[in-house]
Amino acid sequence: MLKLTPTIGMEVHVELATASKMFCGCPAEHFAVKPNTHTCPVCLGLPGALPVPNKKAVDWTMMIGLALGSTVNKTSKFDRKHYFYPDLPKGFQISQYDEPLCRGGQLALDSGKIINLTRVHLEEDTGKLIHQTVGGKRVSLVDFNRSGVPLVEIVTEPDIASGAEAKEFLKKLTAILRTLKVSDCDMEKGSMRLEANVSMGESLAYKVEVKNLNSFRFVEQAIDYELSRQEKLLKAGKTPRQETRGYDPKTRSTFVQRYKETAEDYRYFPEPDIPPMVFSDKDIAAIRAKLPRLPEAKAKDLVDRFNLPPKLASLLVAKASRLTYFKNSVKTAQTLKVSPEKLANLIINHKISLDKPAAEQLKTLTQKQTVDLGIIDQVIKDNPDVVAKIKAGKSSAVAFLVGQVMRLTRGQADAVAARKLLLKRLQV
Amino acid sequence: MKLNQLTLTEALEGLKVKKFSSVELTLACLDEIKRLNPKLNAFLTLNPDALKAAKAADLKIRSDGNAFKTQPLLGIPYALKDNFLTAGLKTTASSKVLDDYIPQYDATVYARLKTAGTVLLGKTNMDAWAHGSSTETSDYGTTRNPWNLNHTPGGSSGGSAAAVAADMCIFAIGSETAGSVRGPACWCGITGLKPTYGRVSRYGVIAMASSTDSPGPLTKTVADAARVYQVIAGPDPFDATTSGRPVNLNLGHLQGLSLKGRRLAVPKEYLVKEMDKATAKLIENALKKLEGLGAKIDQISLIDPHYSIGVYTLVQRSEVSSNLARYDGVRYGNDRSHFGHEAKNRVMLGSFALSAGYYDQYYNKAQKVRTLIIEEFKKTFRKYDLVIGPVTPGPALKVGASKDSPMFGEIVDMLMEPSSVAGLTGTSVPCGFVTGLPVGLQITGPQFAEGLVLAVSAAYQAATDWHLKKPVTDYA
Repeated sequence: MLKLTPTIGMEVHVELATASKMFCGCPAEHFAVKPNTHTCPVCLGLPGALPVPNKKAVDWTMMIGLALGSTVNKTSKFDRKHYFYPDLPKGFQISQYDEPLCRGGQLALDSGKIINLTRVHLEEDTGKLIHQTVGGKRVSLVDFNRSGVPLVEIVTEPDIASGAEAKEFLKKLTAILRTLKVSDCDMEKGSMRLEANVSMGESLAYKVEVKNLNSFRFVEQAIDYELSRQEKLLKAGKTPRQETRGYDPKTRSTFVQRYKETAEDYRYFPEPDIPPMVFSDKDIAAIRAKLPRLPEAKAKDLVDRFNLPPKLASLLVAKASRLTYFKNSVKTAQTLKVSPEKLANLIINHKISLDKPAAEQLKTLTQKQTVDLGIIDQVIKDNPDVVAKIKAGKSSAVAFLVGQVMRLTRGQADAVAARKLLLKRLQV
Repeated sequence: MKLNQLTLTEALEGLKVKKFSSVELTLACLDEIKRLNPKLNAFLTLNPDALKAAKAADLKIRSDGNAFKTQPLLGIPYALKDNFLTAGLKTTASSKVLDDYIPQYDATVYARLKTAGTVLLGKTNMDAWAHGSSTETSDYGTTRNPWNLNHTPGGSSGGSAAAVAADMCIFAIGSETAGSVRGPACWCGITGLKPTYGRVSRYGVIAMASSTDSPGPLTKTVADAARVYQVIAGPDPFDATTSGRPVNLNLGHLQGLSLKGRRLAVPKEYLVKEMDKATAKLIENALKKLEGLGAKIDQISLIDPHYSIGVYTLVQRSEVSSNLARYDGVRYGNDRSHFGHEAKNRVMLGSFALSAGYYDQYYNKAQKVRTLIIEEFKKTFRKYDLVIGPVTPGPALKVGASKDSPMFGEIVDMLMEPSSVAGLTGTSVPCGFVTGLPVGLQITGPQFAEGLVLAVSAAYQAATDWHLKKPVTDYA
């Protein structure tokens, strides 16, 4: 019997939110900026131009690594990765090959499962191609504003087993990156880009890369689609082809983009224009000291202090605004007899607005839960038949009375509370 | 004596005491360029604003008594190799790929020379992309050796060397990857300084091999080289490989250094089998001269320079294949079919050496041997002040010698390759003639020892007059 094990690894590219680019002084901002206005000889790859690394980007990459439990390499270097593409003005991308800034690391899912990381490295982004019609001619234009923007690549081991796990991993990763304030992780702006390597089976003789996934939901759907597509092929005795696929959210399916028969030869070699980087224990400790409290620690804190379920706690810390609101209003909530868990749920489910003070909103919500006894009595009085049935043992009939309460209060009453009060009044 | 024949030091003195103006000096150079360039093909492009710059310099000299304090090369006309970017002035690196390329920015070396008050005469011919040692790979024709038009001036900075030797300028700037300054200086009978790697900024220099490229001056005397070096050397925030240490060169201390007790090493392996007998004799005479000045000379053993050919070739071709990738036909107007034969050869060999499966065997192995060479030099310099020997195995070769010899440059430059891959500093100073063609002495020091290298070179020049000889330029 063929044993099929989903084997998924993620490659996550994150643009750093540094003020300037990776190897020059140009502003790194490129979203909704007039094309080719944030450029200079270096990021245009003009003859004679030389890259000078952005120290902040290097520090931030190390910070990301430390937050993910990676080992910061004491010696690291940049390498040239060669390929030809019109958006790559030098004919090579400055990246990191065999001595990335950070190696290893891990991230725990709520289930306790550990997703191991392979590496965290720093490279430069490419320019952007814009295909459009100018004067009736189909042309490809290049915008170099994005060229040279610092880009961090986070690569996982193939430890992920499902679309749901991938999604959870990405959510937790994003929460960490946002806590570190190193990237806005905005997929619409392209500051976070996702790739999944999906394969199945024992021999793993192939690997399918799914690219251009621009939401966590699509990652989940694409992976699940891929797993079932590959499973079908494998069960029919076929080996899926080694290829790169895209994802179409409309059909919720993946499609072939290109075949990858052999690994591409990027002719990596050490970037001679940038001296190797050497870090002391002191340098690394100084970066570690800058780490803010991370989501995992914050969530654990919420579990310990307020007895919140772990999942609720991590949802709360995933967005700084939610966590701040929770912390600021938990006391108010308790005076209004709203438990921390209830408050957390209200925040997560958007039942209360984070823009308004908690007290007012909670009062309205708790008022809703007290039901006017007059209305209860009214309903009992108006429905003697139903009351009789309930008293005779048909307790399910109470639902009708609850419905009446809701009707009279125009839906303002808390149905659960109304049910309780009705039963209490009828003494059943 | 015509003004264009002055050394930099003499020209500065004349300008300071207002014996002549920068305009006169510049015109003298431009006249000589006009007269000789059709024969020598040293210049590719002339700067249309040269006289304007000279006029501005004269105004400054007249109005500011302290002008030379802040602008140490004020009013001096010079030539720049065509791989240094000059905003607004065509820069081709002698390749048709960049046939009509007008740069948008200035190389740091050019910018510093401008700030120092110099007058740019024009851009000089070179081997295309600096690939070669004869200027014969230039897409704009070969430069001729002023001492004998049938011979090459050497390369790749051949245009700059010929321009200085023929007094078409007061000094020139070249760039050396492994021999491209010292080599042509040797063959043209002038002084060449290859600074320590990382001492002079590469920003704005069209890259050849990034890990060894070193801009440097080509001058009429060692003292001139020191003056230019002082202006162009030093940390540059635009080049991450420049050293942060300050340039401590005292021009006053340069002259009159006693060689007494100086320990000089002559590697016996550098007297290679390819060595021309008459050249070897001249080197021997030069060593005797230095000994006579008090230096202690020992013959030592170093890694055979033939190994450096392999190391240098692999590292350089690999880096070349990468550095030329940007000329992909999308920008700069001309596509890859405009690359010459030599560039294509180098790109192919370099791409092969970096290919998966071959990287360890070629590039990585070359880097390991490179480390051995570096270590050996370090050890040598613990015992000796400087290493000396010949610059090239013989005098300038005839035009056409590089044809059908794909390793021509590497062999001609083999005696300069070890010090280049090790990032050392060194000079070539004239030390005699073989059949009417000049030959040079190579003086090499540890990294950042420009001061000592220049002082010893100056001491040799003070005791000899080879550098004062001029070619007869009344060509028929």
